[in-house]
Amino acid sequence: MHKITRTDAASSVVGLSDVHKSFGALKVLNGVSFEVNRGEVLVLIGRSGSGKSTALRCIDRFETIDSGEIVVCGHRVSDPKLDLRALRQDVGIVFQSYNLFPHLTIEENITLAPCSVKGISKAQAKEQARRVLAQVGLEDKLHQYPEQLSGGQQQRAAIARSLAMQPKVMLFDEVTSALDPELTGEVLKVIEALAADGMTMVMVTHEMGFAKGIANRVVFMHHGKVHETGPAAILTSPATPELAQFVGAGL
Amino acid sequence: MGGSLNANHLMFLGYGALWTIGLSLIGLLGGGIAGFIVALCRISPSRIVRLLSAGYVQLIQGTPLLVIMFLTYFGLPALGVTVSPLMAAGASLTIFVSAYLGEIWRGCFESVPKPQWEAAEGLALSRSQRMMKVILPQAIRIATPPTVGFMVQIIKNTSLASVVGFVELARSGQIINNSLFEPFLIYTIIAVIYFALCYPLSRFSHRLEMRGGPARIELEAA
Ligand SMILES: Nc1ncnc2c1ncn2[C@@H]1O[C@H](COP(=O)(O)OP(=O)(O)O)[C@@H](O)[C@H]1O
Ligand SMILES: [Mg+2]
Repeated sequence: MHKITRTDAASSVVGLSDVHKSFGALKVLNGVSFEVNRGEVLVLIGRSGSGKSTALRCIDRFETIDSGEIVVCGHRVSDPKLDLRALRQDVGIVFQSYNLFPHLTIEENITLAPCSVKGISKAQAKEQARRVLAQVGLEDKLHQYPEQLSGGQQQRAAIARSLAMQPKVMLFDEVTSALDPELTGEVLKVIEALAADGMTMVMVTHEMGFAKGIANRVVFMHHGKVHETGPAAILTSPATPELAQFVGAGL
Repeated sequence: MGGSLNANHLMFLGYGALWTIGLSLIGLLGGGIAGFIVALCRISPSRIVRLLSAGYVQLIQGTPLLVIMFLTYFGLPALGVTVSPLMAAGASLTIFVSAYLGEIWRGCFESVPKPQWEAAEGLALSRSQRMMKVILPQAIRIATPPTVGFMVQIIKNTSLASVVGFVELARSGQIINNSLFEPFLIYTIIAVIYFALCYPLSRFSHRLEMRGGPARIELEAA
């Protein structure tokens, strides 16, 4: 199913070209371009404040861009006539703070969007909830409320909630940064399994070891620009002194 | 000088108290429905709707309820619309309550943490689905203590309906006093009845707040 070759011209899932974005006088993205093909994992790294979250949020149109172009699964994100809900059905996004809905059980959290947005039946949605929860190793938490789960479990449940919408690409923004180190591993394992399954992903992470193992491509952001990009190998042999300093500090 | 307080007087007061409760319920229901719409308008994506509703709230909050009562009871007939005291009082309270509850509830909507709104957006839920299924259930939890607390204000403010000839608790006390002339006794009874209506609500609101407090903090931290 996922045997699509990387050279396939039509396989681009996310494409940014010359994206500029400012918050008031603060220039956050200063001509950012990168491309993610189907089945690829792109890891965004860089210092805090370098614009990683903003780039990710622009992909799902949580921020609008000033100039440039973003195309995601055929949607022209920068087009004012964009069908926002169609875009968001194709894109799953998971944030650092898990943002499960506290008044709903895990099952209700997961079935809400498939039932409301895709109009599938309750029974079908529950079946699917069981499946995605099994995928993240939480099939026994179906009827619990978010507050009854540990941080790592909540984050896995949030990933499952996104997966239930069957997105074509997943965006992860520092999804383990709020977790204790011993809970980080269980979440990273889930993401690894997703990658092995062929899910297209763009992720921001500070876990350099993890990035090396999972990235098909690394984008190093610096002052709102793609300062260096390449395969995971650039993390061990960086070409620019800035990336060298960054990975040196990160290890 | 017209005899002493008897059972008939007390029944009359009881009747007035029932009207105070009735009018409060009308204000709560009418003002609640209108206030909900005001709150939705205050957080509307449309700038013009936000401005208009903010103007409405400012206007009503800047006008004494007494003046609103006069306007509906004496002003509308001047325009050719006759209104009964009950209609005038009910409409005035509805308008008054809608502005205050609208503002209280807007604050409650906005205190649902922003990441919750974004998570709902990210799941491709429509605006009404986000409001009904994600934001509203959390906002209701936050809104319950201040809303119950505001009911005390509604009850006390119904006493102003006496100016348009509506016989509620305060007005019925006045009427009895006009014949008995025992102001201290009668207004003490009136005060006790108001207290009996309001105090349980204040206590209830306070208890809800104590219970809701920790949960709310948790919510914000998430
Ligand atoms: N909504 C916003 N309004 C104003 N400034 C913002 C906003 N979001 C982010 N910023 C600023 O933009 C810069 C880049 O932020 P961000 O993209 O979050 O960086 P990163 O994720 O790499 O740490 C920071 O200086 C941040 O303070
Ligand atoms: Mg960030």
